[in-house]
Amino acid sequence: MKNYLVIALMGLGLAVLSGCATTKTQYYWGEYENLVYQTHIKPEEALPIVQIEKLQKDIQKAEAANKPVPPGLYAHLGLMYAANGDKSLALDSLNKEKELFPESTLFIDGLINRSINNEVGN
Amino acid sequence: MLKYIAQVVFLLIVVSGCATVEPYDYTALKANSPRSILVIPPVNNSVEVTAPYSFLSTITAPLAESGYYVYPVSVIDTFLKENGLPTPAEMNSVPLEKIDEIIGADAVLYVSIDDWGQKYNVLSSITVVKGHLKLVSVKTGELLWDAPIFAQHDPNSGNGNGLVGALVGAIVSQIAGEISDNTPMVSRMANNVAINGPKRGLLYGPYKVIKAEK
Repeated sequence: MKNYLVIALMGLGLAVLSGCATTKTQYYWGEYENLVYQTHIKPEEALPIVQIEKLQKDIQKAEAANKPVPPGLYAHLGLMYAANGDKSLALDSLNKEKELFPESTLFIDGLINRSINNEVGN
Repeated sequence: MLKYIAQVVFLLIVVSGCATVEPYDYTALKANSPRSILVIPPVNNSVEVTAPYSFLSTITAPLAESGYYVYPVSVIDTFLKENGLPTPAEMNSVPLEKIDEIIGADAVLYVSIDDWGQKYNVLSSITVVKGHLKLVSVKTGELLWDAPIFAQHDPNSGNGNGLVGALVGAIVSQIAGEISDNTPMVSRMANNVAINGPKRGLLYGPYKVIKAEK
């Protein structure tokens, strides 16, 4: 029993540490969390246009891997489109987040409504 | 590869400790059964200024993989900043009623960071992540779940090369540490143990896909 626990923990540890292809995650994570890191800590390395490109690639890779994209990815993409001045693509992405995860509805609708008067994002 | 496994085992031993784990009381969590979690950028009690946002880049995956909807952390941060809350400390004081009204989250995860980053000693440089997670019901304010987070990573733990090896290791990892920040990796370890640990981890949320082999 104790052995199983150790093996299971090791498995979890390895899964988290290795971080790529072989892990059995429910979602296709790709670059999303790395981009969150860069957005706040090294923004000069993750301009909106660069992030958009990476996130779009992730969406394609997720499709190819037959896995859903994680919660927040489309909303983050929407933020990047907004920061890049692409209002209609920002709206599409925000709506996609809502469609995939209805829990986001109130928040996303609020963002969209505010964006009618103000711009979303920076 | 062996060295890598040895490091993982070392980390896990450090992280899991030897004490027996008291089972967590899940009564409130089960009664509330939240679907969605809003992660507020952490309160930083460490001296490392990048800690809150480095942490923030490691918390979505473990919560989402446990079956919860996790609000987009950067979008939320931008939103809060635009609404007059420029720092994590201020963001942590938003009343739950406001969160309910504007964001609609079922639960809020409050995070405090107590120690963070690389510790340069003479013979080693270890990376430490230490803090606390607290999940609170937005509707009732009840504490649903909480856990300490702790992990430390010693990049030289696999080198059994005596004093010279230790000295070289310390220098190499201090130089390397300036180039790449390994706090996200250590933070992931800490979160993983807190959220997926036996007996007192976070219970699965509604999006969890249970596979037969899990």
